This record gives sequence, structure tokens and C-alpha cells, in this order.
Amino acid sequence: MSYYKPKFRHPNLPKNDLGYTVADYDGSISTLCAGCGHDSISAAIRNACFLSSIPPHKIAKLSGIGCSSKMPTYFLGKSHGFNSVHGRMPSVATGASVANRDLIYLGVSGDGDTASIGMGQFVHLIRRNVNMTYIVANNGCYGLTKGQDSATADLGSVNKYGGTNPFDGIDLASLALLQGASFVARSFSGDKEQLEPLIRAAMAHRGFAFIDVVSPCVTFANHSGSTKSYAATREHLDAMPVDFVPMREEIRTSYREGSSQSVTLHDGSIIHLMKAREDYRADDRTEALMAVQSANASGDILTGLLYLDPNSQDLNQTINLATKPLNKLGKDELCPGSRVLNSINEGLR
Amino acid sequence: MRATDTSDPEYFHKVVDCQYACPAHTPVPAYIRLIAQERYTDAYLINWESNVFPGVLGRTCDRPCEPACRRGRVEEEPVAICRLKRVAADFKDDVAAMLPKAGKPNGKKIALIGAGPASLTVARDLAPLGYELHVYDEQPKGGGFMRSQIPSFRLPESVLDEEIGYILDMGVTTVFDTYVDSMAEMLTKGYDAIFVGSGAPRGRDLPKLPGRQEADANIHIGINWLSGVAFEHTKEIGKRVIVLGGGNTAMDCCRTSRRLGGEEVKVIVRSPFDDMKASPWEKEDAMHEGIPILDNHVPLEFVVEDGKLVGMKFDKVEAKYDADGRRQLISTGEAPEFVPCDDVIIAIGQENAFPWIEKETGIRFTSWGTPIINDDETFQSTRKEVFFGGDSAFGPSNIITAVAHGHKAAVSIDLYCQGKDLSKRPPPNVTLVGQKMGIHEWSYDSVPILDERKVVPLEDLTRSLADRMVEVELGFDAETAFIEAERCLNCDAQTVFTDANCIECDACTDICPTSCITFTENAEEPELRQKLMVPAENETQDLYVSGDLPTGRVMVKDEDVCLHCGLCAERCPTAAWDMQMFLYNMAKATPNLLEGAK
Ligand SMILES: Cc1cc2nc3c(=O)[nH]c(=O)nc-3n(C[C@H](O)[C@H](O)[C@H](O)COP(=O)(O)OP(=O)(O)OC[C@H]3O[C@@H](n4cnc5c(N)ncnc54)[C@H](O)[C@@H]3O)c2cc1C
Ligand SMILES: Cc1ncc(C[n+]2csc(CCOP(=O)(O)OP(=O)(O)O)c2C)c(N)n1
Ligand code: SF4
Ligand code: SF4
Ligand code: SF4
Ligand SMILES: [Mg+2]
Repeated sequence: MSYYKPKFRHPNLPKNDLGYTVADYDGSISTLCAGCGHDSISAAIRNACFLSSIPPHKIAKLSGIGCSSKMPTYFLGKSHGFNSVHGRMPSVATGASVANRDLIYLGVSGDGDTASIGMGQFVHLIRRNVNMTYIVANNGCYGLTKGQDSATADLGSVNKYGGTNPFDGIDLASLALLQGASFVARSFSGDKEQLEPLIRAAMAHRGFAFIDVVSPCVTFANHSGSTKSYAATREHLDAMPVDFVPMREEIRTSYREGSSQSVTLHDGSIIHLMKAREDYRADDRTEALMAVQSANASGDILTGLLYLDPNSQDLNQTINLATKPLNKLGKDELCPGSRVLNSINEGLR
Repeated sequence: MRATDTSDPEYFHKVVDCQYACPAHTPVPAYIRLIAQERYTDAYLINWESNVFPGVLGRTCDRPCEPACRRGRVEEEPVAICRLKRVAADFKDDVAAMLPKAGKPNGKKIALIGAGPASLTVARDLAPLGYELHVYDEQPKGGGFMRSQIPSFRLPESVLDEEIGYILDMGVTTVFDTYVDSMAEMLTKGYDAIFVGSGAPRGRDLPKLPGRQEADANIHIGINWLSGVAFEHTKEIGKRVIVLGGGNTAMDCCRTSRRLGGEEVKVIVRSPFDDMKASPWEKEDAMHEGIPILDNHVPLEFVVEDGKLVGMKFDKVEAKYDADGRRQLISTGEAPEFVPCDDVIIAIGQENAFPWIEKETGIRFTSWGTPIINDDETFQSTRKEVFFGGDSAFGPSNIITAVAHGHKAAVSIDLYCQGKDLSKRPPPNVTLVGQKMGIHEWSYDSVPILDERKVVPLEDLTRSLADRMVEVELGFDAETAFIEAERCLNCDAQTVFTDANCIECDACTDICPTSCITFTENAEEPELRQKLMVPAENETQDLYVSGDLPTGRVMVKDEDVCLHCGLCAERCPTAAWDMQMFLYNMAKATPNLLEGAK
């Protein structure tokens, strides 16, 4: 019986700048179905955090309810975590990011958790530009409750019970673009080469970074007729490769062969859009929306960095929040006493 | 790279590192699992079929399997494979009734010259087929060097007698106390084939060293001296003994000296300590018995006073290695060092010697004095009905190599006696069987435990030094043996990949604890090795490469540090990975030797 991952690791595992191996970013062994796309996303998150040398204790993982929302247990076992109620992760994330602005917030949700019950909260994360990465593991169904169609299920897709979906699906990437999100990407759980740099870029971005990841539910939505199966996704994939170069390395490698456009983030790291789509520019929201819509219309799944505003203003800046995390402010800073009160009052007189 | 052809049994054979390294290809993990299940008799029989002398080898084997063991690459120390073999032998039931009997006479008569492990293996493999077997040895008992050289404190006589008995009891005719002095004559005796398993019986001397003649009474040739002790012609030695040499003979000579009255026994060797031929554990055992090892000492002369040996002089040297790693011993220029002693044992190696094989027999020899042999599969000499094996074939080696030679020679002799082509060898006996019992369950203990290698307990030092018949190692008890057995990674539980099933979900890559699996674009092997999740630097370990998958990539598995934990197969939604138990038995003259018995 093995509900247990052996402790032995490859003796030559590479180490990152912190001296950690990728194993230091592991979580518990997954209890999701064998072959679930969500596990691949977990591995991509683990690899991304390792590659970006993020100290695990600097990360807070947040999620709602669903197979996808169980994911945070399966990566970054040494990070903070909060598993909230269904669809309510956005409000917890907003509160947390304001209370301790020093942590890196990583939200993991599902298409049900986000596009059905959580829709109301989700759009406000975008509106407020909360400084976090928000990943939707999108399988077009409610995996945890046995595969009912979700709000992102495509029109005409056939579910495990044989029913055909009569509704148009909500396209979360288009919605995020429309609503003004400062970082919008789409990817596929089976394309780590693209997903990993996107997650690294999203975590480096200041503001709300949204990644919609097609993530096949191998048990309830991987049959012929389901539009988010491994086979259907691969068949319709139109992937724009990206590369992420953190600031430290960028000094050494300023030119990247095959790169058609590069975007510099606020911290100096650079995202390269690779040549596959020379015409695509990730800094034009209207064009991005059109590209996504026309891909959708022709049945293609356009993946890559869709839109990025590297200079957006996040919630903490907008509300003029103290630069120190609230939980680090001492009594004297929070309650500066009657002298300061008097001077305020004086100013109002 | 081309897709791996797993229908060739050699691919999975090589994955079972220990078994592959074992000259007789003993199915190691299979017997270790049986030990964990307390099925000691079955564990013994698996061994007996492959290596003929499990009780002997469980104490004395050179264990080429252990440095090869995967566990040694995953953590510090390999599984104590050899000592687990002894556990099987120690705890088994009476197996005599389960062993094969002599077959119905087939009318063919074979002579075996020398009763060492090579000849005895040939006899064991041929007896069930009905061959009439005549074993010659100049010694009064069978066993060859196992009996005459390996001291009883390492290998009790009872163990030897039992395992030699199993073979001789299969109707083998023994012609002991008989030195064969003419091959020409043997060839006239009507044998259908002759197997020469006479070993490498001549101990090297230092004939030109000053003082050698004068001190002769107190200078002994290691292997002659050890057999003198074994057969009780020699019962004592001086208080101060110098043993010259750094191999296993030297180690046995010094430890035996300690038991025959030697109080100040020293091993003195030309080479640096690390270059000595003896295994690390043999050196440890000697030092544990209060025997210092002086390295970098080249003998200069035997010092004789009043016609009697009083000591030896040595030149102290330093080892220098040139670019090719060749060693030179260069004198430090210090004054010669005098080491006093009463006796010297020269244990600096042995050679083949065939004074009894006449030129006219047509058996030809190389310039090193070893016979010219067809190839290392057939063991046929330049005279077609004469075969060689064991130390007599390629020079001094060890028991398990002699056994392996014996298996192959027996196959050759059987083919030869049937008038068949010797180059058409029978294939190994191979099975590959799925192990799935449930979603998270395999028929073997797939989770590797973290325990470190267990140490074998030793007899009290004073007691063991007092009597050369007292065995030093005590062997594992059942509980320790269980833990040690559980350290085995079950490398014979093969990860078998079916290209057509794979949907490239990455679940296997993501879960694999030791990062063995990578999906990537194909390339030539050197490039592919560098492209893996962790570059595959250990080139002695193969890459398992699939055919092209739907995305155009291939699956590449580096076999190097796979734990055989089965997680890849557990996480695979389509059973593209499966864990299948691979059993490989090298071809023997009698196939399914224990079939009737089991
Ligand atoms: C001191 C010492 C310790 C060793 N310890 C180990 C150990 O711990 N583990 C290990 O694996 N190996 C050990 N070896 C090596 C091992 O003993 C040999 O490699 C092995 O026994 C070789 O087997 P064999 O069948 O080729 O011949 P041998 O075992 O050498 O048997 C040959 C037999 O042929 C007989 N013979 C030779 N010529 C004639 C003739 N003309 N007529 C009749 N009889 C003849 C000899 O008397 C002898 O009995 C040791 C060797 C020595 C010298
Ligand atoms: C308030 C509330 N309503 C309903 C549920 C039942 N429920 C559990 S998971 C789930 C849907 C999850 O779907 P999704 O977010 O797509 O996750 P998936 O399992 O597909 O990854 C629902 C409706 C619940 N747990 N809580
Ligand atoms: S039900 Fe679907 S989404 Fe949930 S773990 Fe299984 S495959 Fe993944
Ligand atoms: S059995 Fe599979 S999961 Fe386990 S170490 Fe080997 S390749 Fe990796
Ligand atoms: S888990 Fe199975 S289906 Fe998935 S990639 Fe590995 S072998 Fe292929
Ligand atoms: Mg879902």
C-alpha cells in the first residue's frame, strides 16, 4: 500500500539560490484521481516556486472548494494555507493581502468555485487589483461532486452521463480582460513548458494575475464529446510559448533568441513572448480580447500571456496602505497617542 | 534514440543490478522477498539452483552484487545481500528430499579433474540428466580451495560438508587422494568429455630475495600453508609472524596465524592500503583481530642469523600515479626498515600450472599459462572434448565465478555429448508477470523503508582467537534479517511502459520521487541524457525510451535511481505503466532443476 511518497530523492537534484531542491517545495501525496490535470498544475506551481527561489514560508496558498481547491495540500507543504468555503476565497485573499502585504498570495480555484458560486467575489478581486496570483484549474465540470456541467462547460460538450450542454460557457479569460485585470493568461495543465514560466511571471507581477488553466478531469470529462479532455485540448491548442527571466539573471542575458516581444515587470524580471506568434502583442487589451474571441469562435484554445500591464496599481497602493504589514506595526505606530491626535485636530480647526 | 526493445530479456536483466552483477545471475530480490516472508527454505532453493553453495557463499562470497546494488546509489550502503543468503541457509528446513536425484543413466561418462566449486557445479548440473560422473582430486575430500584454503573460522566444515554432500549424493563417483598426472592417459579412459577444474594451485614465491634459501625452514607459501592447516598437517607457528601480500590469501594467513600461536602478526604489503586486493571487510576483520597492516613496504631481504630467520628488511616507498593511472612505487630513500619475526608467510598470489597436460594432447596454452578457450560461453579447449572452468580457465578468481563457469561448461558438455552445435546456447528462463492487486496495492512491499544497513554480530574476540574452528560471524537473527530484507528495493519489479496507452498527462513524471521520468523530444543518447529532469550521468545505467507519443515527444526513464516504488504506475490513469515481476534464470544443462521437487 502506498499512500506515501518515499523519502529518497535523486542524489543529484539541482539546488536553487536558496539551497533548496524541488523536493523542498513538495506537499503531501495527492488524493486526486490518477492522471487528473490538477496534479500537473500542482507540480508546475511547485517547480515555478523552486525555480524562482521563493522561500516557501513567504507564500500563502488560498482556495475554495472542489478537487481543484484541494490542490494546495499537494504542493508547498511548508507554506501558509487557507482552505475557505465554496467560492469565498477572494474575500479571504483580499483580507489577508491587506493584513500582511509581505506574503505572496497564491489562490487556486476551480471553474465551479470561480465561475458559479464564486463569480460575485471573483470580479471584485479584479476590480480591486488585489496583489495575488489566481489560478483556475478549469475542467468544465464539478469534479468533486461527480462531474456535473459547470458554468465554463462549452456549448455542445457532452458530459459523462450523456447529456449535451445547452448553454454557452463563461470564458473566464475574456471576463478578466473585460473587467480590467492587469495580468491575464491561459494555459494547459499538459504544457508545463508554458505553464511554469507563466506562473513565475504571475507571481512576480504586482497586482492581480489571473491564469485560466485547462485541466482535464480524467474521470468525468476525458471522454470523446468532452471539449476539455486531454485529446480535445491538444487537438485545438494554439500555444504561444513564453519564457520568464528573473531580474537576477536578466542582467547577464538581456537578449533572448527567438523572442519577439519582451515585457519588463516592476521588479525588473522579463517575460519573453517567443516567436510563434509574431503579430501578438500582450500590451493591448482590446487586441487581446479580439484574439481570444476569434480563437474561441474558431474552436481554438489560445494559450500564453494574453495581456499584461506591468505598471498597474494594486489595492495596497490604491488605498494608501502602510508599507509595513499591519501585523508588524507596533502599539505606538497603530495608536500614536494624544500628541498626534491633537495635531490632526489642530489641522482641522 | 531507438525505442527500447524490452522483448530482449537482457534489458530488464540489467535493471536488476545485483543479479546482473552476480556471475551466476542469482535472482537476488526474489530470494530476499522470501526471507522477509520467513520462507527460508524457498529462499535457499532459489539460491541453490543458481549458485549451488548458498551456505558457503552466504559466508564467503566476494559479493560483486553489493557494490552494484541500487540501494548504494540511493543512500549510503547496499543491502547486505550476502549475509541474507546465509540467513536462508541458516534457517531453512531439511532440503535433502527436495533436491533432484541422479537421472536415468544416459550412457555418457564424464571425468572432472579437481573437486572445487567449478567441477562440483558441472556435476550438479549434469547428474540429473543421467551422466556418469567421475570426480578426481588429490585431496582426501571434495571442495577444492573452499576446503583447503578458506579457514574454518570463516566457513565451518559442517556447512561445506552439507552442500558438497548434496552433489556427491547424486551418484557421483569420487576418485580422491588421486593426483592426475597425465592428461594423455585420461584421454584414453573412454570418457565422452573431460572437464578440468583444477584451479590455480601454484603459490608465488620470492625465490631471488636474499636469504630465501637459508631461511627456508621458516618461510611458508601461503596457500600450501593454509591447506596444511586445513588438513591438520600444520598445527602451530612462531610468535612473531610476517605475512607478505595484500590479497585474501594474506588476510586468511594472518588471521589463521593468530589462532595458531602467532601473537605479533603483521601484514606487510608493497602497495598503498587502498590498492590492496583484499576486500575492505577482509582488511577490517584482520585489523579487528589486532593485526596491523603496513603498506608501502617493498621486501628487500630475509635476515638470517646463525642459520635462522630473525626478520626481514623493507624499503619504504611511495606510490606515484601517471596520467593513465599506472602506479609506480618509488623509494622514499629512507634507510631500510628491519622488522623482526620468527616466521614469514608469502601470500603474494597464485598461478595456473598444468605440468600434467602434455603437448601432444593438442591442448594449447596462452603465454600466461592459461588454456586457450573457444570463448567465455562454451569453455571448450583446443581439444574439443576437453573443457575448462573456474580458476583453471582464466586464472585465480572466486567461488561464484567458478560456479558460473561450471553452469556454462555443463551446458556445453551436454550439447557436445549430444553432437549438437555448442554455439547454439539455450536461452535463459524468463518470466514477466503483472503485480497489481488494487489501486494502491502491489503484490510486493513497494514502499522502501529508511533503515540503514544492519551490522552482522561477531563472536567474542578472545573466544574466536582461541580456536580456529569457532566461526567469527554469528549471522543475522530473524528480526534483523527481516529489516535488512525490507531494505531491498525489489529491482526485479520492472516498470513496463506501453506507448499506446499513454495520454501524456504527466502524472508519472510529477509523482516520481527520484525524478526518473521525463517526456521530451527525442535525441541521440548523449544529448538525451543531458535533457532529462536530472541529467543521467551514470552511463552504466540504461535509458528506457518509448516510441513516439501523440505530441511527438518520447518517454525517457533513467533507470539509475528508480526505487521500484510503483508510484508511476499507481498514478497512471491508463495503466501505461505497470509493475511486472521479472524472473531471470541463466540457462543450465538441466532446465527447471527444482521443478519436480517444488
Ligand atoms: C586463501 C584463499 C582464500 C579464498 N577465499 C575466498 C573467499 O572467501 N571467497 C571466494 O569466493 N573465493 C575465495 N578464494 C578463491 C576460491 O577459493 C577459488 O577461486 C575457487 O575455489 C576456484 O574454484 P575451482 O573450482 O576453479 O578450483 P579449486 O577450488 O581451486 O579446486 C581445484 C582442486 O583441484 C585439485 N587439483 C588440481 N590439480 C589437480 C590434479 N592434477 N589432479 C587432481 N586434483 C587436482 C586441487 O587439489 C583442488 O582441490 C580464496 C582463495 C584462497 C587461496
Ligand atoms: C456552499 C456549497 N455549495 C455546494 C457545494 C458542493 N460542491 C462541492 S465542490 C463543488 C463544485 C466544484 O467544482 P470546481 O470548482 O470546478 O472544482 P473541481 O472539482 O471541478 O476541480 C460543489 C458544487 C459545497 N461544497 N458548498
Ligand atoms: S474527479 Fe476529476 S477533477 Fe476530481 S480529482 Fe478526479 S479527475 Fe481530478
Ligand atoms: S517505480 Fe516509478 S515512480 Fe517509483 S522511482 Fe521508479 S520510475 Fe519513479
Ligand atoms: S501517468 Fe500514464 S498516461 Fe500519464 S504520462 Fe505517465 S504513462 Fe502517460
Ligand atoms: Mg471543475
